[in-house]
Amino acid sequence: MSDAAHADPNAYYVPHGTKWPIVGSFGLLFTLGGAAFWLNEHPAGKVAMPLGIAIILFMVFGWFGTVIRESVSGTYNKQVDTSFRMGMMWFIFSEVMFFAAFFGALFYARALSVPWIGGEGDGALTNFFLWKGYAPAWPTNGPSAIGGAFETIPAWGVPLLNTLILLSSGVTITIAHHALRAGKRTQLMIFLGLTILLGATFLWYQAHEYIEAYQQLNLTLGSGVYGSTFFMLTGFHGLHVTLGTIMLIVIWLRCARGHFDRDHHFGFEAVAWYWHFVDVVWLGLFLFVYVL
Amino acid sequence: MANHAAHADDHAHDDHDHKPEGFLDRWLFTTNHKDIGTLYLVFAFTMAIIGAGMSVVIRTELAAPGLQHVQPYFFNQMTTLHALVMIFGAIMPAFVGLANWMIPLQIGAPDMALPRMNNWSFWIMPFAFLMLLGTLFMPGGGPAGGWTMYPPLALQGGASVAFMVFAIHMMGISSIMGAINIIATILNLRAPGVDLLKMPLFTWSWLITAFLLIAVMPVLAGAVTMLLTDKFFGTSFFNAAGGGDPVMFQHIFWFFGHPEVYIMILPAFGIVSEIIPTFSRKPLFGYQAMVYAIASIAFLSFIVWAHHMFTVGMPLGGELFFMYSTMLIAIPTGVKVFNWVSTMWKGSLTFETPMLWAIGFVVLFTIGGFSGLMLAIVPADFQYHDTYFVVAHFHYVLVTGALFSIIAAIYYWWPKWTGRMVNETWGKVHFWWTIVFVNLTFFPQHFLGLAGMPRRIPDYNVAFADWNLVSSIGAFGMFVTPWMMIAIFAMSKKKGAVASQRPWEGAHGLEWEVPSPAPHHTFTTPPVIKPGMLAHGDVSH
Repeated sequence: MSDAAHADPNAYYVPHGTKWPIVGSFGLLFTLGGAAFWLNEHPAGKVAMPLGIAIILFMVFGWFGTVIRESVSGTYNKQVDTSFRMGMMWFIFSEVMFFAAFFGALFYARALSVPWIGGEGDGALTNFFLWKGYAPAWPTNGPSAIGGAFETIPAWGVPLLNTLILLSSGVTITIAHHALRAGKRTQLMIFLGLTILLGATFLWYQAHEYIEAYQQLNLTLGSGVYGSTFFMLTGFHGLHVTLGTIMLIVIWLRCARGHFDRDHHFGFEAVAWYWHFVDVVWLGLFLFVYVL
Repeated sequence: MANHAAHADDHAHDDHDHKPEGFLDRWLFTTNHKDIGTLYLVFAFTMAIIGAGMSVVIRTELAAPGLQHVQPYFFNQMTTLHALVMIFGAIMPAFVGLANWMIPLQIGAPDMALPRMNNWSFWIMPFAFLMLLGTLFMPGGGPAGGWTMYPPLALQGGASVAFMVFAIHMMGISSIMGAINIIATILNLRAPGVDLLKMPLFTWSWLITAFLLIAVMPVLAGAVTMLLTDKFFGTSFFNAAGGGDPVMFQHIFWFFGHPEVYIMILPAFGIVSEIIPTFSRKPLFGYQAMVYAIASIAFLSFIVWAHHMFTVGMPLGGELFFMYSTMLIAIPTGVKVFNWVSTMWKGSLTFETPMLWAIGFVVLFTIGGFSGLMLAIVPADFQYHDTYFVVAHFHYVLVTGALFSIIAAIYYWWPKWTGRMVNETWGKVHFWWTIVFVNLTFFPQHFLGLAGMPRRIPDYNVAFADWNLVSSIGAFGMFVTPWMMIAIFAMSKKKGAVASQRPWEGAHGLEWEVPSPAPHHTFTTPPVIKPGMLAHGDVSH
């Protein structure tokens, strides 16, 4: 690395060569190719997929390690920092659009396809010839009652609690951010730690809810279109909360090592943005999946 | 490693400096926008030849009625993979390759904003296509349900479904990272003085295209994920018995699919808007209108998707909305075509090879635009839907549109990349050969479609025999062109005339302010913009 503690403000940092992307590509190939073999019940999948995930983890550690070393040694100037910020913002936007696809499926099913199967609008003949006797309703598992009778999870129990938990975690991470900017280290560590705990608690309740849905309510991924949309939306959200919690833990460890100062802590901010994004998606879920 | 600003200003002499020595260092581990651009272009060219090979299989079978060379199921694999390979493997990566090469040069940036991620964007692609094309050698063969993957048909494929879905996920990851990089580069790395409304139109078109990519590739990922769970995990998204709807897939798919169409044409608009002013020796007519037209087209692309599915049984209100919104697109597109023509009007025109391809683009793309307008009309579309008329339409847009612009761009910027001129005679032979055979291939398909020949079938009524034979002869002639291209550019690289810094006298813009070939590193410190250096610098606000 360099002895230049501060980057040249006029020169954009262009790294010369990197081996991590190609490692990541092999990781993706093994993970996804392995998953495809696994789904087709080919024995190679059970070996390839875990191997692929291990390669991706190796890549993530290596790549982020390099970036952190460069960042700590002062390689990046203001302009590089702005590129990182834009990268993260647009990445989050792409995540928003990914969730939009599943929300779109939910709205389409509720507002259009279920009523049509039930004979509304242009669907009178469809209903008469194909799905006679089906009365549209929500929640539903369709005219063939795929997956069998099920019950839904009431919004005002655990989901409400989880809403409060996630909203609180949005507050605690903001307090932690202010503490970081004010240089109050102890407060930073406590409130960031609290955010992690709240995230973990959310996940614990969510797992609990899933177990109850499967074991007592007969609400499964196979419960018609309700089960499909319910579990895909909450499932992908839960996956993102898991990822966000891991990211928060990494940031907590980096804070403990003193990687951040008052003015340079984009890693912290990026994770905070991500956390708020996960939070906002949950509000949408709570409203459209549980309440309405 | 960190501070290499020292060799900032001597780029005029250091063509061979700083290039990594080893082959792997140079190509596998590269962070250089020019090398990554080259990788993208070589990959796209390879995929284009594979995709063209598939189209030769298709046209060979269709040369005469009856089944003679391939089984229908294999034929379906060919049509499906031809589309996926050409769209995701050839056209899109070719444009990304051009973006990589030219955007930093056009805005005075040292490289792309996130150079390591840039490497990953590229190096995911070969693996994605390894997975997709590998299905051809699996039991059950490749995907055969059409590139649009409509359920329930697409779900009835064999092992290929999961591989196709995951390959598309990988292509999506690659495209999203590429698009993020392009946006960050354009918004953050412009040299001082290169204001947004002074940027070259190619850069502008990519800024807007990148936004479209980030907005819709995740939606495609969501759609194919739902396909996957419907097949393997018992969900009912596209199953009416469980309350879902197969038509829902079509809506989600085309919410991606229509902006995707413009992802493949907006950069083409940008390229043509660079080339026509150069060889007309006039500034682009209506520069700002051109920028706003691209933005309008991009906006409209989000509210027209259901014109791909007029015959699926939508409520009448929906059909009307999507018909009128689709027709609105003709307005900004018309602005563009008229502005290209107005740029040429009273210009001091010369017809070097890049200009020929650009003019070919304007004329033939406009035919594709008009047939698109015909298809937008709901009652007419009831007749045209799923016929060869649609095939003719989108090949005019994608081959004589997108592909022509890519070839034009390669001819136009090749001297900048390699320092060598291309043989004009052979370039013109290439152009006229293509013009003859591309029209021979696709124009008769209009007649076939209007007469009622359905697409995606290996056999047809004898009434369609003559024009199918003509179309097949055209396709065989077209298959000569990639090899012609290899020969022409290899010849140029070996013994082409040495290119000057500004090989086209009418060319303006920052890319012509660096030597030819462009050194491995350019603009390591931002250039100082002087009057007249920018292509659109004199635009009044």
